[in-house]
Amino acid sequence: MLRIPCPHCGLRDYTEFKYFGDASKSRPDLADEDLERWYAHVFLFENPKGVHREYWQHVMGCRQWLVVTRDTAVNAVRASAWPEGVVRHD
Amino acid sequence: MSSKYSIAALVRHAITGERWPRAWRAAAPKSSYDVIIIGGGGHGLATAYYLAKEHGVRRIAVLEKSYIGSGNAGRNTTLIRSNYMMPANTAFFERSLKMWEGLSHELNFNIMVSQRGQIVLGHSPGQMDVLARRGNTMRLNGIDAELLDRNGVKELLPYLDYSARARFPIVGGLLQQRAGTARHDAVVWGYARAADQLGVDIIENCEVTGFVKDQDRVIGVKTTRGDILADKTAMAVAGNTSVVANLAGLKLPVESHLLQAFVTEPIKPFVDHVISFGAELFYISQSDKGGMVFGGHIDGFNTYTQRGQFAKIQTVAECAVALIPGMSRLRLLRHWAGLQDMTPDGSPLIGCTPLKGLYLNGGWCYQGFKATPASGWCFAYTLVNDAPHPLIAGFHPERFRRNNGADEYGHGMFTFRQ
Repeated sequence: MLRIPCPHCGLRDYTEFKYFGDASKSRPDLADEDLERWYAHVFLFENPKGVHREYWQHVMGCRQWLVVTRDTAVNAVRASAWPEGVVRHD
Repeated sequence: MSSKYSIAALVRHAITGERWPRAWRAAAPKSSYDVIIIGGGGHGLATAYYLAKEHGVRRIAVLEKSYIGSGNAGRNTTLIRSNYMMPANTAFFERSLKMWEGLSHELNFNIMVSQRGQIVLGHSPGQMDVLARRGNTMRLNGIDAELLDRNGVKELLPYLDYSARARFPIVGGLLQQRAGTARHDAVVWGYARAADQLGVDIIENCEVTGFVKDQDRVIGVKTTRGDILADKTAMAVAGNTSVVANLAGLKLPVESHLLQAFVTEPIKPFVDHVISFGAELFYISQSDKGGMVFGGHIDGFNTYTQRGQFAKIQTVAECAVALIPGMSRLRLLRHWAGLQDMTPDGSPLIGCTPLKGLYLNGGWCYQGFKATPASGWCFAYTLVNDAPHPLIAGFHPERFRRNNGADEYGHGMFTFRQ
């Protein structure tokens, strides 16, 4: 079973979490009218075979959002942290 | 070169003890080809076969990183059906089912198509309305469909849980009698042998590590067995589409997820149909050997490991017992996991790419196996004509740019995230 270290609750089974995808993307500005940037943001994925930074929410625990760094080739979790300072609102 | 399979050949080999020849040559890569197909799965081999047979292309290579049958061709639940509703899907999957019906003769290889009928169960009146709508759409498109009430289902599937304590009551179902199963390994072996007889080089243990480009045109591939040039290069590597596309600098609307499937110890004939549970993603059939073959939903996060998570095994086992209580004492014999490209709308990506000379076939989500013959047929046409075949026009890789998703189940985009 894949286990994720929650900074608040400790090491828990992944079934307690909900996966929310790529955390390395940053959302275009809401006033941005460039459809190409929105298309890339919504639909295109890096989907790497290797290190991937991704959002998980601990829905069955503290309900905090996490940014987990996981190697998708072997499912090994390398790190997990609060998303502060990671999500850019520029 | 292998000979034709027939009853006479079978008798001759039985009497003389003569060894059967290899089904296909162990081809070594040449320096250049007209068409290179990356990926020796069902789709890649079918594409090569129809390119050679229907379009007369002579110099074709299929590059497989491992051996034929090692990937998703051997990691599915072998179901074939065409009970789709969206315009982009209906005609395409019906074409595929029609091709399955004649494929053993076409390939001179027994792929063991068994049209045992598939029943999708409905567990509420609302769900029956949805099934009726689906059935009507199918019939309007000339596809067989029959709506069953509770008694109709009970007559065909007497072993389901019809008791008052059933977790989800069975209200009825939608039967497609022409749906069923096919032998997954035989499909790739049959296509490989038939393509080889038409001169296609099937090159195993040859992994693509990069593309050879001339400005914005792809003119070949770099592989673990040297560079190979080609006029046209086609990708049919569903599961690893992003990895190979990244080598060409393409970013696609694809996430790789993992789906688990299972087989129990063999028992006597019990389940005569393919059954799809309507309350969860769960589908079951019985193999010719007697094992119950069933599968569930994806694990829920992107991964390239071909190993599933235990939580899904439990969910799937619970579905099995909720539906067929008689299965509770059966033991699991094996389980396996296949990688699948999940696309935002659950429909595939086939067609040309922004790079000249590079063509894409991937994003098959849950439906790669059943699509194999029509996918190869349409993709071969696309490669030759530089334009998508009309049957796959709705599967254009750029469709999300114009928000033209083919959302079969009406659940919205990104259902695999929900």
